Amino acid sequence: MNYNWDWNVFFKSTGIGSEIYLDWFVSGLGWTIAVALVAWIVALIIGSVLGVMRTLPNKLLSGIATAYVELFRNVPLLVQLFIWYFMVPDYLPESAQVWFKQELNPATSAYISVVVCLALFTAARVCEQVRTGIQALPKGQSAAALAVGFTLPQMYRHVLLPQAFRIIIPPLTSEFLNIFKNSSVASLIGLMELLAQTKQTAEFTANMFEAFTLATLIYFVLNMSLMTFMSWVEKKVRIPGMMGGAK
Amino acid sequence: MDFSQIIPSMPGLMDGMLMTLKLLALSVVGGVALGTVLALLRLSSNPLLSGFAKAYVNYFRSIPLLLVITWFYLAVPMLLNWITGTFVSVGAFTSCLVAFMMFEAAYYCEIVRAGIQSISKGQENAAYALGMNYGQAMRLIILPQAFRKMMPLLLQQSIILFQDTSLVYAVGLMDFLNAARSKGDIVGLPHEFLILPVRCTL
Repeated sequence: MNYNWDWNVFFKSTGIGSEIYLDWFVSGLGWTIAVALVAWIVALIIGSVLGVMRTLPNKLLSGIATAYVELFRNVPLLVQLFIWYFMVPDYLPESAQVWFKQELNPATSAYISVVVCLALFTAARVCEQVRTGIQALPKGQSAAALAVGFTLPQMYRHVLLPQAFRIIIPPLTSEFLNIFKNSSVASLIGLMELLAQTKQTAEFTANMFEAFTLATLIYFVLNMSLMTFMSWVEKKVRIPGMMGGAK
Repeated sequence: MDFSQIIPSMPGLMDGMLMTLKLLALSVVGGVALGTVLALLRLSSNPLLSGFAKAYVNYFRSIPLLLVITWFYLAVPMLLNWITGTFVSVGAFTSCLVAFMMFEAAYYCEIVRAGIQSISKGQENAAYALGMNYGQAMRLIILPQAFRKMMPLLLQQSIILFQDTSLVYAVGLMDFLNAARSKGDIVGLPHEFLILPVRCTL
C-alpha cells in the first residue's frame, strides 16, 4: 500500500490561476447552500399550500394534493432529476427551449433543474408534515374558531396554521437537513456543488482520502449548525404553556 | 411517445431490475443485521460501546448517501488492499453493497433502538428472573417482540432504500434506472425509457 497522505493538499495550487484546492470546496459549498436554501423556500411554500389543501373539506382539492404527494414521494429523486433536466426542457415552447438549452450558462440551467426538482420533491414531504400538524390539533380548535364566526381562511390563518407550524418544527428540521444532503445529486447532472468539487479534487490530486474527509467534515458541520439554528428557532417561537414548552 | 420499443428491450431492462432487487435484498438484510448490533451497542451500559454506536449513527446520518457511495467506490478496494496486503479487484456492486449496508445500518439502528425501548422493562426483568442471560433474553424475549412492533418502520425505510438504490448511477452500476437510460439512448427514445422507471416505481 503506497498511499501518500498529505493534509496540505488543500492549500496547493490547482494550476488554474491562483486558485488553491480549498477554493473549490468553498465554491462547492456555496452552490450546495444556494441550491438547498432556494429549493427549501419554494418547497415550504408549495408544501404548506398542499398540506392545507389536504385538510380542506373540498374533495377535489384534497384529491389533487393527495395525488401530488403519492406521485412525488414514490418516484426516486434521481429519476425525477433526470426528468426535469433531460426531458421536460424538450416540451417547453420553442423560444424557452432555445433559452434554456443554448443561451443559458450550463451551470445555470442545471441549477434551475435541480432547484425545481428538489423543491417539488421536498414539497410532497412538507405537505405531509403540515397535514399531520393540522390534524394533530384538537378538533375543538377548529370548532371553536368556526363558532366564534371565523371564515375558513381566517380559521387557518389565525388558529390552525400558527399552532401546526410550531408542532412540526422537529420533523421540518429533518427535512431541512435532508434537502442539503439531497442537493448532492446535483453533481450527477454536472453542477459543481460540494460533492462534485470533492470528486474533482480527488481526481486532480490523487489524495482522495483527504478530499472526502474534508467533504464529510463540511457536511457534518453544516448539519450540526443547521440543527442548532432550528432548535434556536423552535425555542424562539415556542408559546409558554404549550407543547412541552411550559415555563 | 412511442412505447413499442420497450418490449424488445425487456431482457436488458430485466437484468437491470434484477440488479436493483439483488442490491436491495442484500442491503436490507445486511443493514438490519448491522443496525441491530449497533442498536444493542447503543443501549449497552458501557459508555465506550454506546458512544461508538452514537458516533457511527450521527456520522452516517449527517452525510449524503451519494457521498458515501462515491467514497466507498474508491475506498473499499484500498481498504481491502490494506487488510489483505494483496490487490483484490472489487466491483462496483460490492462497494455499493458495502456502502448501502453501512449507511442504512445507521437508520435501521435508530428504528431498532426505538423498538427495543418500546418493550416494557418487565419483559426483560422477567427474562432475567427466569435465569436467562443477556443473549438469551434479547434473542428469545426482547427482539422477537421488538421486530414485530417495528415492522412498519422497517418496511418504510426499506422502501426509501429501494428508491435510493438508483443513486448507484453515480458509479456506473447497471441498475434499473441506468439500464433504462442506456437502452433509451441506444434506441433513441430517451424520454419513453425515462418514463418507464416512474411507471414501475409507482
